[in-house]
Amino acid sequence: MIKDYFKLAIENIRQRRLRSWLTIIGIVIGIAAVVALVSLGQGVKKVVTDEFAKMGTDKIIIQPAVNFGFSADTGTPTLTEHDLPIIKRVKGVKEAGGILLKSGKIEYKKNVYFTVVVGVPLDNTQKLVEETYTINYINGRALKQGDRYKAVISHDIAKGKTLGKPVAIGERLTIEGQEFEIVGEIKQTGDPGMDSSIMIPQETAQELFTANTPGYHEESGIIARINPGENPDDVAASITRAMRRDRNEKEGNEDFTVQTTTQLVASFNVILDALSAIVIGIAAISLFVGGVGIMNTMYTAVLQRTNEIGVMKAIGAKNSDILQIFLIESGVLGLIGGAIGILIGMGLSKIIEFIGRTFLDTTLLQAYFPWYLIVGALAFAFVIGMASGALPARQAAEMKPVDSLRYE
Amino acid sequence: MNSKDDKEKDKPIIELKDVWKIYQIGEVKVEALRGINIKVFKGEFVAIQGPSGSGKSTAMNMVGCLDIPTKGHIYLHGRDISHLSESDLAQIRGKKIGFIFQKFNLINTLTAKENVMLPLTFLDIPESIRRERAEELLTLVELSNRMDHKPNELSGGQQQRVAIARALSVNPDIILADEPTGNLDSKSGSSVMGFLQDLHQKGKTIIMVTHDDKLAQYAERIEVLKDGEIIQTVKGSKHHTKNEHNIVVNKK
Repeated sequence: MIKDYFKLAIENIRQRRLRSWLTIIGIVIGIAAVVALVSLGQGVKKVVTDEFAKMGTDKIIIQPAVNFGFSADTGTPTLTEHDLPIIKRVKGVKEAGGILLKSGKIEYKKNVYFTVVVGVPLDNTQKLVEETYTINYINGRALKQGDRYKAVISHDIAKGKTLGKPVAIGERLTIEGQEFEIVGEIKQTGDPGMDSSIMIPQETAQELFTANTPGYHEESGIIARINPGENPDDVAASITRAMRRDRNEKEGNEDFTVQTTTQLVASFNVILDALSAIVIGIAAISLFVGGVGIMNTMYTAVLQRTNEIGVMKAIGAKNSDILQIFLIESGVLGLIGGAIGILIGMGLSKIIEFIGRTFLDTTLLQAYFPWYLIVGALAFAFVIGMASGALPARQAAEMKPVDSLRYE
Repeated sequence: MNSKDDKEKDKPIIELKDVWKIYQIGEVKVEALRGINIKVFKGEFVAIQGPSGSGKSTAMNMVGCLDIPTKGHIYLHGRDISHLSESDLAQIRGKKIGFIFQKFNLINTLTAKENVMLPLTFLDIPESIRRERAEELLTLVELSNRMDHKPNELSGGQQQRVAIARALSVNPDIILADEPTGNLDSKSGSSVMGFLQDLHQKGKTIIMVTHDDKLAQYAERIEVLKDGEIIQTVKGSKHHTKNEHNIVVNKK
């Protein structure tokens, strides 16, 4: 019986083709937006989660509070070399290394550019830093102890995206007035900041960028590796306590943050989810408008088919039959809108992925279509359709056969 | 002249007993039916005939279980249906009554066959049986080559024959025809009446509502309605070829 009602619904929708198309536009746009955004959001989440997974769960990241990665050049630095031994002394910590990230003035082939310069430690923590930032060498060699004015370039610089022209190993460029020789190139990491950066020895970086800062040398971030079998959350709490004590800071007022990789993923996801929520909120408006459109169409359909409703009642349709017929019809309208919306949304996110890869050279934007997104979007569209048709369908169901038969 | 058919000893299929229908329109009360009594027995062909405004449409609604009376009782197979809910009435209509309307009232989005299948759909009968039944009935009304056509691809006469097939689909106790030839030319009209007479010959109970006294003559018995009352019951002249002609008088 339900199958017949579906057939009837599709036939009726086909009968008023133009109006049906117009009706579902709102749903199409809304669902397309939701699918595109969720698939890209899920894709980004997946990429980031994979990245963090590569980084490993045995690391704890200490950063200045608020500033995410890059600290301002003014004032006293929040994190310095002074913190390294304090962190190293915490129980459960195997080793700790710092990294310096600065925006540097680069001169290459007589043109001036600004990009991120990474100060990589060349002591026994070099490997820890490289692991954390997924630095893998594809050409040339890594920086090694004893290097002073040697540099390693990242993917975008090698490809000529950052410095106007491609840069090759053996070439020279100037950072903050000092000439460097390129000795290696790293594989694309997927992190846009990292992929446009130049890596130099940390000591050289400190000379170039923080020589005038009083006191200890600045660190933009400190990475601690924990001993196998230690609980990252417990060690992170111990590090926080130790640093707080050293700085004489009250709990809750720290000027630094200590995060495990799991927490990093979580905090990243919070940001991503918040962004998604905002955009999906906008899509929801479109879906709401689409729903109102379906309601309007269904009211018109009920009015136009008043006589038909009367006939169906005369030949034995119960109120519940009429209710189902109209509910299914509005649900199918939603479903069709949803299906088209999903296709458009999938196309849209694939286009964005393509643009990201081709023009922005980022692998971060990846469309990802889990089955539950497709099924969920279809079901959601059907439910929106049915909900929008509920009032018109009830009106149809409650019509008196005598009156509706007489209706012209 | 006012002869009641007493030959049937059985209980009537449907009986209207002192049925009143009063509509409240604004402050005015309109008495559409004023205590009518009609009995229809199995196998009868009865016409309810009257001019417009006589209450015949209201009477049809009562006989067709489309509406319930303000006062009085309607018995279907001896069961009082005058106070049933719309859903119960719908089920009774679906099983017991086959409707034929003046304007055919086929569902335009469905093919002839699907239209005939529809009443069976509401009874939740399996599709294969529905299909078989619809094909059989459309063949009976000589539309076997038109089964997959939609109503707008059929002539008026053909549409009305589809409607007859639809009315027969549930094998109802009563065929209720409301001005069945009202929208047809005389040729199609007489073809439709031919089918109704055939059905009657085969034992179907037929109740026809019409304003047309000539059409009413096809019936065995004519209940003449005026101002909400039955003013006369006469025999139809065209019903049996050998029957004598009864003159229908509009006034008592």
